[in-house]
Amino acid sequence: MTQFAPPPTTPASAGPAPHQRESRQPAVQLRGAELVYGDRVLWSGLNLNVEAGQLLAVLGPNGSGKTSLLNALLGLTPLTAGSGIVAGGSIRRGNPQVGYIPQHRGFDSDVPLRARDLVGLGIDGHRWGIGWPGRARRARVDELLADVEATAYADVPVGQLSGGEQQRLRVAQALATNPSLLLCDEPLLSLDLNHQQMVVDMIDRRRREHDTAVLFVTHEINPVLPIVDLVLYISNGAFRLGTPDDVLRSDVLSQLYAADIEVIRRDDRIVVLGASSVFTDHHHIGDGHTDHHRTGHHRTRR
Amino acid sequence: MSALAQVNWHDIVNFSDYGELLPLVRNSLIAGAVLGVLGGVVSVVVMARDLPFAVHGISELSFAGGAAALLIGTSLMTGAFVGSLLAALLLGLLGFRARDRNSAIGVIMPFGLGLGILFLALYKGRSANKFGLLTGQIVAVDSARLTSLVITTVIVLSVLAVIWRPLMFASVDPDVATARGVPTVILGPVFMVLLGCAVALSVQVVGALLVLALLCVPAAAAMKVSASPLWVPVLSTVFALVAMVGGIFVAVGTSIPISPYVTTFAFLIYVGCRLIGRARGRRGWVQRQQPVVSQSVATSAVQPDGQVSRRTTRLDGARVGEEPR
Repeated sequence: MTQFAPPPTTPASAGPAPHQRESRQPAVQLRGAELVYGDRVLWSGLNLNVEAGQLLAVLGPNGSGKTSLLNALLGLTPLTAGSGIVAGGSIRRGNPQVGYIPQHRGFDSDVPLRARDLVGLGIDGHRWGIGWPGRARRARVDELLADVEATAYADVPVGQLSGGEQQRLRVAQALATNPSLLLCDEPLLSLDLNHQQMVVDMIDRRRREHDTAVLFVTHEINPVLPIVDLVLYISNGAFRLGTPDDVLRSDVLSQLYAADIEVIRRDDRIVVLGASSVFTDHHHIGDGHTDHHRTGHHRTRR
Repeated sequence: MSALAQVNWHDIVNFSDYGELLPLVRNSLIAGAVLGVLGGVVSVVVMARDLPFAVHGISELSFAGGAAALLIGTSLMTGAFVGSLLAALLLGLLGFRARDRNSAIGVIMPFGLGLGILFLALYKGRSANKFGLLTGQIVAVDSARLTSLVITTVIVLSVLAVIWRPLMFASVDPDVATARGVPTVILGPVFMVLLGCAVALSVQVVGALLVLALLCVPAAAAMKVSASPLWVPVLSTVFALVAMVGGIFVAVGTSIPISPYVTTFAFLIYVGCRLIGRARGRRGWVQRQQPVVSQSVATSAVQPDGQVSRRTTRLDGARVGEEPR
């Protein structure tokens, strides 16, 4: 990855992407984008270019506007200023060019849905009518299930599947419309290490084979670090955008948080150490903090 | 004990002139069947959206509406409809999140029940009318009422057919449904209105206290034995039909209101389904196909997860058992 000059001091940076090619239509393009809730500015002056096949990791504490960014790109929350282009067109709801993977939340054991039905909802769940099962639809579902190696439990009720199995289905569901952009909202949360790796591998494969652009909101940078092209780090209405080497540095994060932050890189891992007052929320991007694992999702350590 | 001894069982259960009674309840049987289909289908969404408590709350306001209608002398059906639609709209607009909704219901329900009791206390007419509102009165279905019941049911089921797929998507998987452009914010209140209609219709037949037997139990039972989006509604409708029509057939030969029979049938169906579901659950609900590609990988990858490691151990156990030979 190319080293860039230190980012500017004002929170209005838009580092050009590495491996940039002129001919490519950006999968996501934001110009001067702003999102304000009441008198709280989540982000402002955001210029963003994500090209086909690139992966942008979105980091930051809870409530910093990471999910809101995805909602804005999904057309669910209008930008308060600026403009955006998604998958070559203007931002709109229900764009089949955009796939969405939610947080793993688990299903009730009784929910009337089998693995294949969850994936099928990704194909035509938004359409009116009853939705009679057809042969072509079934073949497409089988194909999607096979792609994520979920064929073995295709007819098992989703409520009886493990978190890892459910998240596999989420990937298949999100890819049902063959999207050119994949929005992932903390898809690794509450998964153990093996399943985190599995989900990351599936997303990475999709990216490489189909040139799908990926926006990946996460608390944990390390599982995706090897495949990250760009990092957007949001905190307190400010943000930094650039390559991991640009953004995940002691001086940059210290400035962003207005506190002493130390970023330690060892091999392929990143550990962020900071005064505990900074990380009052359940936030961390590495496995360095021990003081806020209240909800106890898995520590990242290999 | 003594009270029970004084009961003349022959007065309650008397099937001697059953053949003559049946033609008299023809309307009731048709009404029961129509309501069975309506309840069977609507209950699927009620369960998928976790609304049983809302059904109960709406039915109490429907009861209050019916009681008010008795008092001021208008049609009971109108009163029941006004009450339940009011409640349904209120709940649809008030609470999108389950927690908000439940507290809203907890506030509305006792108020509705209190109003209903007040209206009934002021009402000086036939006491059978009062009792019927709470426990049902299937025999009182005349042709005019049957017609309006059928028409309303057809309307509710038609609207439901149009919105079925996105409604179920929004119910079982709201986050992704919203992201995919499903108008979840509109579908919720729309369904509440449909539910209000279904409750108002049911209240007149099975009574306010027992609406849940029709609008919750059938799907709850079906979901114990199937997870197919096709079979759950089908089974649920069959269960509701059996409970309703069966309940009427038995009730005809007795002097007890219809509702105890309907609720008992519904309850027994639920218990049966639960037992079947449990027996299947022990063997693993659906036989998983053997992972052909790489069993060893699957084993190691899946083990940290509690639920799966159990299944994996079972697979492994079989293999380990064979090895010593």
